[in-house]
Amino acid sequence: MTTTAVRKDGPAAVTPTPTIGGHFRNYLSRVRGGDVGALPAVLGLIVLCTVFAIMRPSSFLSAGNFANLFTQGAAVTLIAMGLVFVLLLGEIDLSAGFASGVCAAVLANVVTVLGYPWWVAVLAAVATGVVIGTTLGMLVAKIGIPSFVVTLAGFLAFQGVVLLLVKDGTNISVRDDVLVAIANRNLGPTLGWALTALAVVGYATVQLLRHRTRAARGLITDPIAVVALRIGGLAVILGAAVYVLNLERSRNVLISSLKGVPIVVPIIAVLLIIWTFVLQRTSYGRHIYAVGGNREAARRAGIGVDRIRISVFVICSSMAAIGGIVAASRANSVDPNTGGSNVLLYAVGAAVIGGTSLFGGKGRVLDAVLGGAVVAVIENGMGLMGYTAGVKYVVTGVVLLLAASVDALSRRRAAATGTR
Amino acid sequence: MSATPLLELRGIDKSFGPVQVLRDVALTVHPGEVTALVGDNGAGKSTLVKCISGIHPTDAGEFLFNGEPVHIGSPRDAASLGIEVVYQDLALCDNLDIVQNMFLGREKRSGIVLDEPTMEQLAAETLAGLSIRTVTSLRQHVSSLSGGQRQTVAIAKAVLWNSKLVILDEPTAALGVAQTAQVLELVRRLADNGLAVVLISHNMNDVFAVSDRIAALYLGQMVAQVKTTDITHAQVVELITAGRSGGLGLATDPGSNGDGPQPADSTSGGVR
Repeated sequence: MTTTAVRKDGPAAVTPTPTIGGHFRNYLSRVRGGDVGALPAVLGLIVLCTVFAIMRPSSFLSAGNFANLFTQGAAVTLIAMGLVFVLLLGEIDLSAGFASGVCAAVLANVVTVLGYPWWVAVLAAVATGVVIGTTLGMLVAKIGIPSFVVTLAGFLAFQGVVLLLVKDGTNISVRDDVLVAIANRNLGPTLGWALTALAVVGYATVQLLRHRTRAARGLITDPIAVVALRIGGLAVILGAAVYVLNLERSRNVLISSLKGVPIVVPIIAVLLIIWTFVLQRTSYGRHIYAVGGNREAARRAGIGVDRIRISVFVICSSMAAIGGIVAASRANSVDPNTGGSNVLLYAVGAAVIGGTSLFGGKGRVLDAVLGGAVVAVIENGMGLMGYTAGVKYVVTGVVLLLAASVDALSRRRAAATGTR
Repeated sequence: MSATPLLELRGIDKSFGPVQVLRDVALTVHPGEVTALVGDNGAGKSTLVKCISGIHPTDAGEFLFNGEPVHIGSPRDAASLGIEVVYQDLALCDNLDIVQNMFLGREKRSGIVLDEPTMEQLAAETLAGLSIRTVTSLRQHVSSLSGGQRQTVAIAKAVLWNSKLVILDEPTAALGVAQTAQVLELVRRLADNGLAVVLISHNMNDVFAVSDRIAALYLGQMVAQVKTTDITHAQVVELITAGRSGGLGLATDPGSNGDGPQPADSTSGGVR
């Protein structure tokens, strides 16, 4: 998937002809060596979906429920994407949930109480996120308070701020058409297909260009068949998803038609692409990994460690703001519990389940999306099976614990075999 | 041996508060030579290196680089002159691969995008130029390397930047016998490629194995700087522990006899 995926074979000076067999043998040996990547999340997703599909074939497998998964999991996934950055440094942000609540409350106040247009409200919410993140980051990096404590204080304080902003327990409704559309409307089927085609062509171009550049310079490349397989795989998965989402989901087509890709999907996709680019292809992203891996080495390499540490909290809180906007849109309102209860724990769980290490230095933004999908499927499937919230929490907790164990064990295994 | 030393220090003083760590230290480093910097714990080796690399400002003294007076006020000044330090604890990131580590903080970019192919090529060329064959893949994570391989990567990282002077702080301290030999061979190769190398070491075998000159610090003073061929193992140990050895090092009793050795900045010591 990324550049680190292969090229473990052969000495650097010689370029052996890459083979598919060799590629997969390499992959297997890396997995055995503890570099499991997103494998547990993908397997977990398959297992969960199979179980729910067998138990509740009519409701879980319906197109309507598939679309619901995206809107249900969107806010948590967005917050988890921001958390990945903080986790990469081995820090934690416990305040991300209520930070999203504060930003959502700001959004609701600006658009409903003060009556500004939707984009002003969105800007205000994201700006609030930036301010929150900067404050947290400064306290962690400049004053030197452990991030656990700073963000725990934030968790408590922001809970209070949400209460103050929504005037003690009432709620503020969000009725602006654009804001409501984010989590409740769909793209037209044609637009959905067009964006899918764009995504696949874009991915293929990037992959093939990289393959050609590397081959032209005599560097080790992935086998072209593997590159083709990746592009084909993406095309098939996206195509199937868009096809299902474009099916009619309305119970009664005469009253209203309901089909198309939910608008949150392209929003998540675009943010996923942007943040993946930042982490994998820019020196800023490289420096985040460096600080997470060995802070002293990063400092000696001339990297502004404090700046990096502050910036990840800014990214995290800003992504929390976007998550808050989506949550407000989905609920059509903001109440004192927006971003509260299990949102933060689900978000941390999503990042960790997806394969981001709690020890820092390892993780991708894609992890948050995969983990977010696992969390959404559990929540959704158990709901359909009629389990109570109590059972859902217990199961999600167990899954998180499993994910953290996989992380810890693969780390030990990697240390033992030296193939992290 | 070239006529102009690459780096020449004269009369360096350095105090931390009331403690004077370096007193009137002189040091000359020639290109194409390995200069071993020896001294007991607390003699001021590390402080001297930190002064050269711009981490500590000096209180007094001159720096001459290629015969030109220069001012080194920050690590960046030192790096721009071509001075690179390989620290004892290596300063590599375990979760990054070899190429990423070698370019850390100085990544090659095209626009805002990292230029991975160029970096990989340059890294491969640098390793090949040092005849490093122990590393199988440039995209290996550093965590999977042995101690000797890590040291090799750290040294290659220092050489990558067309550096002229490489300072190695105890590069063999944590290594086994075979790996030590590998690293020493690499150190020798650096000098043979025309770089000036300063090697800090406690291990006399290492010092005699690779160095061309030995500079001995004793309680913050440079007591001798001599050719390795002109001195014995025992004499170096005496210089390190007592500050003098026969005609070398500190004067036993200032002004006691006419042919007494010069104190402090003796690059001379009668053995030149």
